[in-house]
Amino acid sequence: MPTTSLTVNGRAVSVGADPDTPLLDVLRNHLGLVGAKFGCGLEQCGCCMVLVDGKPEKSCGKALSAVAGKNILTIEGLGTPRAPHPLQQAFLDEQAGQCGYCLPGILITAKALLDHNPAPSRAEIARALDDNICRCGSHARILRAVERAAAQMCGEAGR
Amino acid sequence: MSDKTSPSAPTRSPRLDPLPNPPLPGLDPGITGEGRVGATLPPLLAQNPRLDQWVGFPAAGQVRVSTGRVEIGQGVLTAMRQIAAEELDIAPERIVLRTGDTELTPNEGYTAGSQSIQFGGVALRLVCAEVRGLFLDRAAASFGYARADLAVRDGAIVYRGEPTGHDYWSLAGAVDLSRSATASTPVKRAAEYGIVGRSAPRTDLAAKVFGEAAFVHDMAMDGMVHARVVRQPRRGATIASIDEAAIRRAAARGGEGAPIEIVRDGNFLAIVGTDETVVEVVAAVAPGHVAWDGVDPLSPFQEEARWLLQQPSLDREVGAPAADPAPGQIRREATFTRMNLSHASVAPSCGVALYRDGKLEVWTHSQGVYPLRAALARTLKLDPALITVHHAQGPGCYGHNGADDAAADAAVIAMRRPGVPVRVRWRREEEFGFEPVSTAMVTTVRATLDAAGRPADWTTEIWSGRHTNRPGSGGNLLAAEALPDPPGPPPVTESSAQPGAGTRNGEPLYAFAAKRISHHLIPETPVRTSSLRGLGATLNVFAIESFVDELAAEAGADPVAYRLSILADPRARAVVERVAQMSGWPAPSQPSPASGGGQARSQPSPASGGGQPPFEPSPAGGGGQGGGGAARGRGIGFAQYKNLATYAAIVAEIEVEEVIRVTRVWCAADGGLVINPDGAINQLEGGIIQAISWALKEGVRLDSAGISSRDWESYPVIRFSEVPEIECELVNPVSDNPPLGIGEATGGPTVAAIGNAVARALGTRIRDLPMTRDRVMAALLKT
Repeated sequence: MPTTSLTVNGRAVSVGADPDTPLLDVLRNHLGLVGAKFGCGLEQCGCCMVLVDGKPEKSCGKALSAVAGKNILTIEGLGTPRAPHPLQQAFLDEQAGQCGYCLPGILITAKALLDHNPAPSRAEIARALDDNICRCGSHARILRAVERAAAQMCGEAGR
Repeated sequence: MSDKTSPSAPTRSPRLDPLPNPPLPGLDPGITGEGRVGATLPPLLAQNPRLDQWVGFPAAGQVRVSTGRVEIGQGVLTAMRQIAAEELDIAPERIVLRTGDTELTPNEGYTAGSQSIQFGGVALRLVCAEVRGLFLDRAAASFGYARADLAVRDGAIVYRGEPTGHDYWSLAGAVDLSRSATASTPVKRAAEYGIVGRSAPRTDLAAKVFGEAAFVHDMAMDGMVHARVVRQPRRGATIASIDEAAIRRAAARGGEGAPIEIVRDGNFLAIVGTDETVVEVVAAVAPGHVAWDGVDPLSPFQEEARWLLQQPSLDREVGAPAADPAPGQIRREATFTRMNLSHASVAPSCGVALYRDGKLEVWTHSQGVYPLRAALARTLKLDPALITVHHAQGPGCYGHNGADDAAADAAVIAMRRPGVPVRVRWRREEEFGFEPVSTAMVTTVRATLDAAGRPADWTTEIWSGRHTNRPGSGGNLLAAEALPDPPGPPPVTESSAQPGAGTRNGEPLYAFAAKRISHHLIPETPVRTSSLRGLGATLNVFAIESFVDELAAEAGADPVAYRLSILADPRARAVVERVAQMSGWPAPSQPSPASGGGQARSQPSPASGGGQPPFEPSPAGGGGQGGGGAARGRGIGFAQYKNLATYAAIVAEIEVEEVIRVTRVWCAADGGLVINPDGAINQLEGGIIQAISWALKEGVRLDSAGISSRDWESYPVIRFSEVPEIECELVNPVSDNPPLGIGEATGGPTVAAIGNAVARALGTRIRDLPMTRDRVMAALLKT
């Protein structure tokens, strides 16, 4: 089996897997990172969203060979319970979730949005998240949580 | 509120007198939690009477609480902790919660029907109050304290506020909890609450936000294999031939590839392997290499709800005897429809099973571990005592989806691979294509009006497939149907009495002198159907509330005032009045007929006709054209879920050009005592957003092969940009009123409020769901 090198959450890794293996399977089954979820395998729901060199990508449709040498950020790399990312803290503060299955993908999409637009409007947040499906109906809370995180991060940046 | 919208309350009308119905097979009425079996114990306690089934003190400082209810995204675990902590007088952090496990928790049947708090929570509350009382009795008897001067403070027993040196854990050996509950210890009153009634953060949310292995999908076990099932396309279909070589070639993926096994037993066919990627690739192409016999093609016409009208049905009528209208009385009638709906959980179903040493262990996101165990025992011909079913969390669950079937798939394969953990995760197209859908429905409402334009006689006539078809209630598991010697088709029976299934909320809560429900249960539907959040209530409330708006307009009355003139229940009136206040009803831009601004321009139709609208409101009748060419309108919808759970009133504001867009929603709800207000509001909001999706976007499509809407493009659901501003308010949430089920309360009223708002905006009514662009355009052509 050929080996492919990439960086995941800041750590260099070498994966021995078929180069056609979807990045999502590499993360979940080869690297034990189960934060990114399988939702459809069709690049339609956003449950598997990760950042590839800073850009949000659906990892179910991204072959391992296409991410060789690249930097991957998954939800596990965003923050931890001891050092949560402001987005994660805001989602907890707003209780923005019901089943929570969609949240890792949504948090990653939101992270990508705030990276290039630190003070988005409500409509801009919604448009950015249109690639992610939430079926439980937590949308209103999720939008508020992203706003809250943006405000907090802007405040920190200004200090 | 002006006087115009607060007429005096009418007198109550009697509720429908339900005709006797046979109990649902396989469902112990005690387990459903509906109605009391014994005179003293609530049914869940009669079923699980021992106190130590619910509560224990395993280690110093710890309290074990067991609930048969499971987390399906609704936050029930957090609420159960609050209930137990409140009645035991302990910090919630002390609780080790066991949930949904056939070895560890009480049998509470299914986590369904908005009953977890209303019945399961109430049972737990009684148990905890009784346990606390027993410890105080023991302390008083052993140490000579006056019982009335004892209390518990975070597990410590205090006498007149001072520590006694005794606590739950020091006395645990002296208090026997293996006794039966009596449910005789008084629970706290609302005024005494310190934990219940206050918002508590969800205890399960952090793990999900940090990407931990929170779901059954994330389970990994040593030696675990992955499997996918090649689904039997239809009940009774048989395998004609399998091109195994072609399936194995797919596994090679142009190189060495990982080996796969093909497991076959009768018409059950599965691909098994250690590499999930390979198994998934093979499963995607395998159906093309299997030929089936006994698959009759479907007609796409069968996706339309009106197809039900031509089918044989089991007919039943409940309520007032049919009355002949007096000459000259005005009769009105309208018909409403809904397509089949998918649960469309965000993840496909998943199950894990391990058969080892003659025992089977299953991990599942099923709503009922005990009923699933019984169904597995029947399918596998295994003693239920040898099967343990553990609940593990899955994606949001809104009814009977593929969870039970995926668990059964894993169990069937595990039985043939002893010692090997087997994980089955359905494919997305499998979930859409094979989970039970919520049946299409047709509801016709008919009224005879009195001189004031109010219904004196009301009929709701309902055509519907089955809403209850779970493994435990006679429905089958897909795997069981594919194995040799499949069980016969599940019996077709469904109660027409309250709370019903297809007939749910078919009886309007309004004070009409005579009400009846005519129920046509269609036993044979083109695809498997079962429960979805709200069951029949969604369409029935849409029909009733739409029709009430039409009658109000015909009477020249404001929709809120008209409802109050026919609504006797004070709690119902309160939520209608409150949502009107919250939304500033009537909106300044939406003069209501009764307020004089818009005037009733409606033309009562000369006579009612089958399914014809009783009147067409004019575009200016409230709403009309807003800026940018979009027509705008507001509408109201109300129901008490099942006529015995939460009261919810919704006002929706919409705008429409070619498509309908919901811009704002207000909700007032009375759910009795609310355990976790933020959790309850989360449920109300979620129901509203899901109902917007049902109302505007959703319908299962069929082609000759079966369900053809097998991805998120062919089965679209609401996206973030389509979500309105939502304001929810709980009416009287900390009270001594019993808690009422809240999870399904907003669906019907939301769909109805949208329908009424659309009618105002367009000047014509759309009676068929979903209200898509095509239906908007067709409606506009009529005006």
